[in-house]
Amino acid sequence: MKRLSWFNITALTLGFAFLYLPMVLLIIYSFNASKLVTVWAGFSTKWYGELLQNEAFLDAAWVTIKVAVISSTFATVLGTLAAYVLVRSGRFIGRTLFSGMIYAPLVMPEVITGLSLLLLFISIGLDRGVMTIVLAHTTFSMCYVSVVVSSRLVSFDRSLEEAALDLGCSGFDAFRLVTLPIIAPAVISGWLLAFTLSLDDLVIASFVSGPSSTTLPIKIWSAVRLGVSPEINALSTIMIGIVAVGVITASLVSKRNSLRQQREERAAERPA
Amino acid sequence: MRRFSLIAVPYAWLLALFLIPFLIVFKISLSDTALAIPPYTPTLKDGFAALIAGLDFENFAFLATDDLYYKAYLSSLQIALISTSLTLLIGYPIAYGMARAPQEWRATLMMLVILPFWTSFLIRVYAWVGILSNDGVLNQFLMWTHIISEPLTILNTTTAVYIGIVYTYLPFMILPIYAALDRMDDSLIEAAEDLGCSRLTAFWLVTIPLSRNGIVAGCFLVFIPALGEFVIPSLLGGSGTLMIGKVLFEEFFNNRDWPVASAVAVILLLILVVPIVLFQRNQQRQAEAEQ
Repeated sequence: MKRLSWFNITALTLGFAFLYLPMVLLIIYSFNASKLVTVWAGFSTKWYGELLQNEAFLDAAWVTIKVAVISSTFATVLGTLAAYVLVRSGRFIGRTLFSGMIYAPLVMPEVITGLSLLLLFISIGLDRGVMTIVLAHTTFSMCYVSVVVSSRLVSFDRSLEEAALDLGCSGFDAFRLVTLPIIAPAVISGWLLAFTLSLDDLVIASFVSGPSSTTLPIKIWSAVRLGVSPEINALSTIMIGIVAVGVITASLVSKRNSLRQQREERAAERPA
Repeated sequence: MRRFSLIAVPYAWLLALFLIPFLIVFKISLSDTALAIPPYTPTLKDGFAALIAGLDFENFAFLATDDLYYKAYLSSLQIALISTSLTLLIGYPIAYGMARAPQEWRATLMMLVILPFWTSFLIRVYAWVGILSNDGVLNQFLMWTHIISEPLTILNTTTAVYIGIVYTYLPFMILPIYAALDRMDDSLIEAAEDLGCSRLTAFWLVTIPLSRNGIVAGCFLVFIPALGEFVIPSLLGGSGTLMIGKVLFEEFFNNRDWPVASAVAVILLLILVVPIVLFQRNQQRQAEAEQ
């Protein structure tokens, strides 16, 4: 086993302190009874109570979740299809353009994506609202989904699919019964990624949302531009908590699965 | 036929919602300011000839005459370059420490780096407002320890923007470098040391070159989004912090000058083409090296 030098331990400690201290402070101050950041006036959960009574925030949260669920589902279907086409279809006319359109949104500044989509919606006369946000989010997150799924498709043994076809499966059945179960973990992480990207997006949503479709990040943005707000601290704490529980659960599940796999492999190696 | 329909759906989607919007931006950037002030009406119905005749470079000429714009481009480049270097300096030791850590810790360390990535970007930037403000946690701490007697002004300065970019993009730097270092064969370092290299020389001559792809990928992953960043300079920067993403946003929403905003977007895109192509090449080379 390798031993960590003092240098490594210092780098890791300072590095992780830097990554986590701001979030820890945010959580601590969400329980501050005082409205001011400067004064600690004792432990209180009153900001959580006020947050839950704030209809504007609850409405925005509902819009955000609705948009995220719909757009990430569309993005997963389209992104998986796009990945399948890119990895399996070989050459076709316009392939370079297609792969360019898949990769470009990943590195495109959000201000440009937002501006261009808004100008499109205006020139075709589409009213801005939940629907336009869904269209915008689906477009950029399908690209992330397709990158995640295609990395899984590349490493996948194609002969399994061919065997299914030889044994009389139709193309669709081979996809449904063989390919999909194998790429399922990547499809699920693609969906989660798309969902998170949609929940998180401020800039694109600011461009394409209408007056009746304020999302949570837009609401948070207009509150924090005026400075620190204890209600936003409480909201942030809730959001950080949900993410932390999700990520920790996912990593525990994957650790258990890999341990089980190791045990099964060892059991299989043992002579009968 | 079936294959065709498989390709057609995502293809048509991206054409309609990615490529065509860009063409519209491009067209508006070339259209007349006076006519194109909102409500902007597309002139496609006047026929193609009229459309071509109506195009001019007036907006680009305007960008060249007003020094706000080229200053904003230059200062965005500078801020993105400096913060990418800072992120590399901070991220490399962390990635190195992770790669040297005992095997059983690594999954946990990895999870700790990924967790902030899933947390809202806006909230992570906002967390610094309460830390860096004049009566914020940092100033209170420094005054309590008597390191300073007057609060430092950090919030609403470019320093705060550097801190914000380094903080939010750090995982993007750590992960590719860690991936490169993790694949490295440790016996190479031992060989270098056996052959008389000092630890530092071995690090410089063996470890750094072997993690080169990770470093390059990490730098692009920080530099490219930092260049067009809007949230960080608006929330943490002051009026003296010029960044092109912020200029574009304000040009569009506050001044409502769509043609100029479109021209700003077109030039930003032209600036980004170089790093994006270099990044793609680096990724491709890496993918080929792995096969």
